[in-house]
Amino acid sequence: MRKCTDIPALLAKIAGSRRLYLPVDGADGRAHFQEWTPDAVWSSALNTVRSAKDFFFPQTENLMDFKREGKKIEIIDTRSEQEDFVVFGVRACDVRSFDVLDRVFLAEPVDTYYAARREHGVIVSVACTRPAETCFCGTFGIDAASPAGDIVCWKDADTLYLDAQTDKGRALLDSLGELTADCGTDAVDAQKALIESRMEKLPLKDLTTDGFGGDALDRVFDDPRWASLSESCLGCGTCTFVCPTCQCYDIRDFDTGHGIRRFRCWDSCMYSDFTKMSAGQPRLTQLQRFRQRFMHKLVYYPANNDGLYSCVGCGRCLARCPISMNIVKVMKTLGRNDA
Amino acid sequence: MKKEPLIPQIGVITDIRIDTPDVKTFRVVTPEGKKAFLHTPGQCAMLSIPGVGEAMFSITSSPTNEEYMEFSIKKCGCVTEWLHSAEPGQEITIRGPYGNGFPVDTAFSGHDLLFIAGGIGLAPLRSVINYVRHYRSRYGKIDIVYGSRSKADLVDYREILDEWSTDSGVNVHLTIDRAEEGWDGHVGFVPNYVKELGFDTDKVAVLCGPPIMIKFTLSGLQELGFDKTQVYTTMELRMKCGIGKCGRCNIGSKYVCKDGPVFRCDELDELPNEY
Amino acid sequence: MQTVTREQLLNLAAQKLADGTVSRVYGWKRGEFAYDLTPALFRTAEELERGFVWGDFCGANFSKYLVAETRKSEDRVLVFLKPCDSYSFNQLLTEHRFLRERVYAVGIPCAGMADVSKVRAACDGIADITSEDGALVVHTLYDGDVTLPFAEMLAERCRNCKSRRHVAYDELLGEDGEVLDSHRFDEVEALERMTPDERFAFWQGELSRCIRCNACRDVCPACTCEKCVFDNPKSGVENKAAADSFEERMFHIIRAFHVAGRCTDCGECSRVCPQHIPLHLLNRKFIKDIDAFYGEYQAGAEVGSRAPLVNYTTDDIEPGEAVERGNRHA
Repeated sequence: MRKCTDIPALLAKIAGSRRLYLPVDGADGRAHFQEWTPDAVWSSALNTVRSAKDFFFPQTENLMDFKREGKKIEIIDTRSEQEDFVVFGVRACDVRSFDVLDRVFLAEPVDTYYAARREHGVIVSVACTRPAETCFCGTFGIDAASPAGDIVCWKDADTLYLDAQTDKGRALLDSLGELTADCGTDAVDAQKALIESRMEKLPLKDLTTDGFGGDALDRVFDDPRWASLSESCLGCGTCTFVCPTCQCYDIRDFDTGHGIRRFRCWDSCMYSDFTKMSAGQPRLTQLQRFRQRFMHKLVYYPANNDGLYSCVGCGRCLARCPISMNIVKVMKTLGRNDA
Repeated sequence: MKKEPLIPQIGVITDIRIDTPDVKTFRVVTPEGKKAFLHTPGQCAMLSIPGVGEAMFSITSSPTNEEYMEFSIKKCGCVTEWLHSAEPGQEITIRGPYGNGFPVDTAFSGHDLLFIAGGIGLAPLRSVINYVRHYRSRYGKIDIVYGSRSKADLVDYREILDEWSTDSGVNVHLTIDRAEEGWDGHVGFVPNYVKELGFDTDKVAVLCGPPIMIKFTLSGLQELGFDKTQVYTTMELRMKCGIGKCGRCNIGSKYVCKDGPVFRCDELDELPNEY
Repeated sequence: MQTVTREQLLNLAAQKLADGTVSRVYGWKRGEFAYDLTPALFRTAEELERGFVWGDFCGANFSKYLVAETRKSEDRVLVFLKPCDSYSFNQLLTEHRFLRERVYAVGIPCAGMADVSKVRAACDGIADITSEDGALVVHTLYDGDVTLPFAEMLAERCRNCKSRRHVAYDELLGEDGEVLDSHRFDEVEALERMTPDERFAFWQGELSRCIRCNACRDVCPACTCEKCVFDNPKSGVENKAAADSFEERMFHIIRAFHVAGRCTDCGECSRVCPQHIPLHLLNRKFIKDIDAFYGEYQAGAEVGSRAPLVNYTTDDIEPGEAVERGNRHA
């Protein structure tokens, strides 16, 4: 365990050797990840509007270029070498989301675009001293007092405590030299105890996944209450796009005027054209599309991933859905929650 | 070099055969004149024209064809319309192979086989039919029931007449939806024809065609005493990545591009009814 | 802060269900917290009793739901309309988008709705919120009770409320208000005073946050096309994410043009934007210009009115004059 009493200097030091991204309060008064600048102040907000998945799975990403001339086609790999970067101030929920994404993108055949970013990205996480009423990471076994990550941090007043958990994290921590000093664990233990007591007071602390999981298809899929849950759904992509684990994407071609650029972009199973084909449309109603999203997180994904749920309880969809319909309401309605 | 699953290679269309008024068969090789990659019967490939789009097609030719790959493609969307207007020598992009393919070395091995196709549904079956014809001794008797709207809509009609029908131990049963001049074969829909032919159940059946045909033919086979575990079919859903990541073809816990497109019919009962 | 109570609304709805006037009721349904209310259909008095809510977070405008809902059944559906919702209601009716005879509209007075993101900016860990004497009392997880003046927590659209008078209803609960002398064009004027470069930078900054979730379009009562051009793969402009930043802007500008003259300024677009982009300002600019060029016009104020942009009169401004006035702002 090491401690640092000059956080701005620490950030500057990291930024001196590689790209550093951290949550900063924007002009709109909300926290967004942005690249470090000398006057960037680490936001005290609990979480960013968009999740940290952007760093590994950006909303839009160029895959390759093509040149077409007559009957000839040339394929151009436009990628440049991925540089090392650090994402600082990631919360426990978002750190778990990388595990969820890894199991998709790093499964064979490996998505090389995602893999390159994961390889070069160092995650510095931070424990949550003031979880919000919308937080329910505990439901998925995530410990907000002890997040995962290459380096884990606890902030107490102006002191930052850092604990490296991986080789990547140790390398970064070692490079910070005299800005950090060895310390005992007393302060961090006190922080952990405080956070744990606060987690106990959260309104969603008793939410459980009972009734869901890889074998719950028959129990959940045909439940008639999907109709009322989805009846006001606008079919927009807000929940999908603020979600740290939603990873469906589209691949499209764009004529730049100088050639063809093939890019991928986030897509949403909530959209009416997501599964539309020339030959037909398997999910015709918003009920079906709405159900797909939650079935995927609570049943299909766990079925394929040793019971791991693809929700991390970050609460972004609770805060952002235009009609305030969300996974908590779905779980409370269709699961086996006493609440 | 790392394998790049999303970056395709160049394919050259060397031959275009007009099969029916809306189906053409495209022969594709690499610029060096070789096959782009090896595949098993029933697997698919992503073909694309940059700027138009990329789409998944079943590989129509048999893996035993060592010179080239063929794709029988019906005109029904942006990419297919573009392909139908292409000329030999046109380059496209190709990546694959994708999907599980038919269990030719396991469940099919040593068995009598019944292939049932409707319309363009013959495309994925042609690969496996020619494969089992090539390795004739590994399989029992082969029956092929194939139907289309009209005589002109029968895909691969010449190959069926000249090659399949002349093989020993291969019985071809053709049908068209409505009687027409110059057709003295069977007239009627595929599901009814299958029931009329009344196959014994000691075989493996493979179904491919429009969803409605699959539905009725499957119940016809069950009336004849077939169990769903003896019947295979292929599924078609919108796909973008082909490698089980983009989420388009996700049904239940399956990704059709990766876990399919071939499913045994009892496996389909395990999936939510969204296909 | 509201002048009619939940019980008044609930009793009326239950009575209309009981006497067969309507078979279902559109209302706001209780969520996990004080503020996360979901538009929902209630079919029985028990459902109403269990879940129906009326209070300071009932921002959602139900008018657009009537497009689909009135085609599902010949029975009437009861809908609660705040004054601003009633303008959307009329505008949809003018465009023949729903079946009026299948709706029982209940006008309810509105004292303005609170914006939970303003509450969140003032305190965190919102365990509960209650209304007391012109204030919201937030019961927080960490800092005890925090009292916030209601007026400061009002959503932007409510601070600049254009009308507390209903323009449509079958029955009115409580007292109707008046059309207000709002300051809703102040922000537009502030934008007009900018230089073109400043204005471009402003919108660039705002629209660059867009994640193309389409929530603004999907909630907009003026966006009721069966198939939006931006969802049509054959349109050539269908896009989930912008191929470049130019497209991002075009989506919003095209949408603003498409709803120009029809937008009632209900403000739902800005309410739902997860990135808090002030999208209503684009629409308000159009409203202001239409007022200036063709005389004051409020979309949805009356059913069947012909919007200036689709109604030629000899008094219309000459195109050259419109261009010149535009240039003065450029």
